[in-house]
Amino acid sequence: MTLPPVISAKNLSLTFETNDGPVHALKDVSLDIEKGDFVSFIGPSGCGKTTFLRCMADLEQPTGGSITVNCVSAADARMARAYGYVFQAAGLYPWRTIGGNIRLPLEIMGYSKADQAARVARVLELVELSGFEKKFPWQLSGGMQQRASIARALAFDADILLMDEPFGALDEIVRDHLNEQLLRLWARTEKTIAFVTHSIPEAVYLSTKIVVMSPRPGRITDVIESSLPKERPLEIRETPEFLEIAHRVREGLRAGHGDD
Amino acid sequence: MKQSFAPVLTVVGLLLVVWYAAAIWLNADWTYDKAKRSGEIVTTTSLIKDTWAQDKPKLPAPHQVAAEIWRTTVEKKITSKRSLIYHSWITLSATLLGFGLGTVLGTLLAVGIVYNRTMDMSVMPWVIASQTIPILAIAPMIIVVLNAVGISGLLPKAMIGMYLSFFPIVVGMVKGLRSPDQMQLDQMRTWHASASQTFWRLRLPASMPYLFTSLKIAMAASLVGAIIGELPTGAVAGLGARLLAGSYYGQTIQIWSALLMAAALAAVLVGIIGMVQRITLKRMGMAQ
Repeated sequence: MTLPPVISAKNLSLTFETNDGPVHALKDVSLDIEKGDFVSFIGPSGCGKTTFLRCMADLEQPTGGSITVNCVSAADARMARAYGYVFQAAGLYPWRTIGGNIRLPLEIMGYSKADQAARVARVLELVELSGFEKKFPWQLSGGMQQRASIARALAFDADILLMDEPFGALDEIVRDHLNEQLLRLWARTEKTIAFVTHSIPEAVYLSTKIVVMSPRPGRITDVIESSLPKERPLEIRETPEFLEIAHRVREGLRAGHGDD
Repeated sequence: MKQSFAPVLTVVGLLLVVWYAAAIWLNADWTYDKAKRSGEIVTTTSLIKDTWAQDKPKLPAPHQVAAEIWRTTVEKKITSKRSLIYHSWITLSATLLGFGLGTVLGTLLAVGIVYNRTMDMSVMPWVIASQTIPILAIAPMIIVVLNAVGISGLLPKAMIGMYLSFFPIVVGMVKGLRSPDQMQLDQMRTWHASASQTFWRLRLPASMPYLFTSLKIAMAASLVGAIIGELPTGAVAGLGARLLAGSYYGQTIQIWSALLMAAALAAVLVGIIGMVQRITLKRMGMAQ
């Protein structure tokens, strides 16, 4: 028995009207994301990867085609709080403690006080930030802040995690560490993750499926199913298998890029 | 705090020196006049002595003002019409009421402007226009009109305070309520937060630093408004009335002591807001 896809886009298009004429951020994009998938979107800037993610989140309205999330429209899915969204910047409120920041969506969604406390403790432990509940964001490093923002997206019962270049602003070492953590977290929580990045090693290391996109108009040029095992130590990045997938991603990016 | 002590004292000292020198210079004419009539000879010592101790000097010396303030605050009963504390209280109550009304009005307008496009387009130009009208011109009208409908005393003065103080609140709060960036608003959207949740949990707390800056300006403006409101009524009480009475009778010492009292009042009020600001922002983890 096959489950219906968690996210399904059919011929999705989005055109922004600008003063310089229409910009095709997305054109005829079709993709299915299955339950438990870790899907990375990779491509040069302007390829529409973030726009695609924002369409899934109902933060952007497609101008053509259709998209369903959990078998309902993206808008209904958002209102049902079907996903947690992690932005490029941690976006923690400076006037709330780490615990208070994680509690914020729970307060908005009306969880009971006791439930809130239990959930905050659980997700802090999940992102290895136990003991930092009472600290303010400025007392934490950039990597820790981003972990707190992931914890915030995990705190409520959403099966989908949408991540928009969450580690883009962090240095290589911190990023490696967070990637490892994210994989462990994914294994533990069994969430479906859509992850936007422009780092090839990051995409290959994390994903079960890599979606290569290219700009003008924003479209999917290749979808690569990863053959790597689910258990992935950092050293896997030196195996021939890993390098082969990375090579294919790079080829896909180059092909999509054309002459410019 | 400690580091600013010496510089402040230096400035105060300098001001006093300039003040005393100016008193000699401005009051000398009268001293020479008197001397001419009585046939006395003016020496440097007698010039200084006399210019610093005249009854109705053009510029009273600091110690004369200090003595007047002492006489009218410490040595008078608070209930006395000659007590500066009594007059300060009259002005203070109008200031505080005007400040309160101005803060409420300013905040409401700011919320309207941020949430309603029509208000954004229509109200803001009027808010700005309201401040281009000289307050001295409109104050008597407010007093007279309100008097005609039977409102007098505290409220008309507070209205003028409000008129001056709502402006910085509107400007500051509009900026403050708009300070959350698109990402933070998107984030609220992903949680399907209601408009009121977004207001109370994001926009309002984000506007706090802006609010306190505005409150300080509004408080000073409200005090000016209250004093101006006391001028045209021929008011019998308040720092404005003291200023007016002083200028009618050439009581420069009285004018200066009322002025200094008003300045001290403003300093204390703004200082209190600064304290509340520090405590609030510290609690919010936003202390500088």
